[in-house]
Amino acid sequence: MKKDIANWGNYPVMESDEQNFIMLDDMARYVRNTETFIPRGNGRCYGDASLAGNTVCTVKFDKILSFDAATGVFECQSGITLDQVLEVVVPKGWFLPVTPGTKFITIGGAIASDVHGKNHHIDGCFSHHVEEMDILLADGNIITCGPGLHTDLFEATCGGMGLTGVITRVRFRLKKIETSYIRQKQVKAANLEEVIRLFEKYKDYTYSVAWIDCLKKGKGFGRSILILGEHANLSDLDAKQQSAPLQLPKKKQITFPFNLPSWVLNRFTVKAFNFLYYGKNFKKEINNTVSYEPFFYPLDAILHWNRGYGRKGFIQYQFVVPMEAKQGLIEILQRISDKGLGSFLAVLKIFGSQDSLIGFPMEGYTLALDIPVRKGLFEILDELDRIVLQYGGRLYMSKDARMRPEVLKAGYQHLPQFLSIVKKYDPHGKIRSMQSDRLGLTSQVDTPVYTHANTTY
Amino acid sequence: MPTVLILGASSDMAVAIAKKFASEGFDIQLAARNSSRLQPLQSDLSIRYNITATLHEFDAEKEESHEVFFSSLQPGPDITICVFGYLGEQKKAESDWKECSRIIQVNYTGAVSILNIVANSYVDAGKGIIAGISSVAGERGRQSNYVYGSAKAGFTAYLSGLRNRLFHHKVHVLSVQPGFVYTRMTEGMPLPKPLTAKPEEVATVVYKAILKKKNVVYVKWFWRWIMLIIKSIPEFMFKKLKL
Repeated sequence: MKKDIANWGNYPVMESDEQNFIMLDDMARYVRNTETFIPRGNGRCYGDASLAGNTVCTVKFDKILSFDAATGVFECQSGITLDQVLEVVVPKGWFLPVTPGTKFITIGGAIASDVHGKNHHIDGCFSHHVEEMDILLADGNIITCGPGLHTDLFEATCGGMGLTGVITRVRFRLKKIETSYIRQKQVKAANLEEVIRLFEKYKDYTYSVAWIDCLKKGKGFGRSILILGEHANLSDLDAKQQSAPLQLPKKKQITFPFNLPSWVLNRFTVKAFNFLYYGKNFKKEINNTVSYEPFFYPLDAILHWNRGYGRKGFIQYQFVVPMEAKQGLIEILQRISDKGLGSFLAVLKIFGSQDSLIGFPMEGYTLALDIPVRKGLFEILDELDRIVLQYGGRLYMSKDARMRPEVLKAGYQHLPQFLSIVKKYDPHGKIRSMQSDRLGLTSQVDTPVYTHANTTY
Repeated sequence: MPTVLILGASSDMAVAIAKKFASEGFDIQLAARNSSRLQPLQSDLSIRYNITATLHEFDAEKEESHEVFFSSLQPGPDITICVFGYLGEQKKAESDWKECSRIIQVNYTGAVSILNIVANSYVDAGKGIIAGISSVAGERGRQSNYVYGSAKAGFTAYLSGLRNRLFHHKVHVLSVQPGFVYTRMTEGMPLPKPLTAKPEEVATVVYKAILKKKNVVYVKWFWRWIMLIIKSIPEFMFKKLKL
């Protein structure tokens, strides 16, 4: 059915013929007989990946195939979302090995973007926990791959933004937990230097991430709240929690009912928000035990929170620079603060080392922030890109809607290898998205129908 | 826990109904053609809801196999829900007897054949519940789909008569009258959003109606009133309309 689709940033929007499948053979037949398409999960990446004139949507392809509660091995079709997996595995004492900040992504999407979580420095990306998966190739054939089995296909699929084929079946290892609670520690840092010191001090914590105030200048430049966590043991819980240690959190959800006018978010409202957010932690350090839900998924409690950025949508800008490029991080933060780009959600994290073909993380600092789309924004972001590259960093494709092809090429050293693997498994270049065309990874063979994408800001 | 038999388990509506009943703790028997294709659904229901789900080969068009099919079910189902249907192509059915007879056979003859067997077994047991998914298309023939509509009209009348007969044997019969539903059967059709139900809504309606022993339910309640209006248009006017 033809309809307008967009990812979480609501930018860009594209008309697409989206096809849903329950049966694998139906999906394979469609893939074989369709000239060009892109796989698509729940549309929770931010930019223009997974947008195309034809999309193979997997959200109804969501069946659980096996789950061994003794060993924690889970096997499913690719369209199941993380929240559905959690509902089944948490009561049995298991958790996702890696989770991003939303549980509304599909397992297929988690692999296509090779997502990371607050535990990247300890547990790596999602793909590190995958034992094997099936890929439906452009010609309709299915290949099983994994570490040590069609390794080239496996590596190019993890973080490959769907370009190798449709992930159909995945088998991965879960993480053992004693309780569904998180022992949380929040530490206030007065500035960037301090938060970096704190990251170092607490590097043994499984989960760590910092909220950072991008607008504060002077002495308080880069003031942050470092949020740390460990899965709580039974002994960490109070008597009431101990009575049901693996309880699922209660579903409390509100919906953002409409798009906020874009003027609501500006330098002053963001500054006020940051002031309150930083100030709400009265003490230097807070220690408490919370359910996994507010710890990992604070924003999932508000459905459609992306509407807060208005109808024009927003860009989530996320980059990583190597450890030794702290100066680069400072320069970029200064630029962001000067231009008043600060957002409610600026997140700083330190990645552990990783060497992957096309995955985003590398050892270093990563910063992510949401910025509403407005006039002049893309020029500013181009400037930031130059600094990122100058310091040997790169951008996250899953968040991207606007980087230039050169930026991708300079950031991802293994790009030529990646492209040759894609070509091997999809020789006719059938699998393409608006993003892959824009980044020059695939060649545009037709004229896609853009609705807002041609708008220049 | 009671067992629910779902006839025609591969459709979107059937999958939603199976999920609903499984989530309430019922064991599920999934019956369809090429039932091995439903293995993922089988494992999914068992793992998510800790229930027993089984697969059974069933073809609505092969009436001669229905007796053996039903007697082979272990345990015999407490509730039978007849979900299968075939919309077909009206235009084709007007000149192609194969298409036309298939529409009649799947929606009417096949359904009557299997439900006769189920009904007799429930009468013998003195208990049981039968639900049939018919369609509002059966309430008045329209040029756009009267072959399908007439088969569903037959099915609706059958269910009504069956309800009357089985009432005296403590067996309940529910007729479900969905309007438009978003399924693969209707994919690509420009359906009016406010009038169209999701398969999950149908499932919830069916579940509640079975619990409350309702006789006839519409999915999206206003379809009852829409159909009332459509049925009350005098024939001399109705025949001139393009519906």
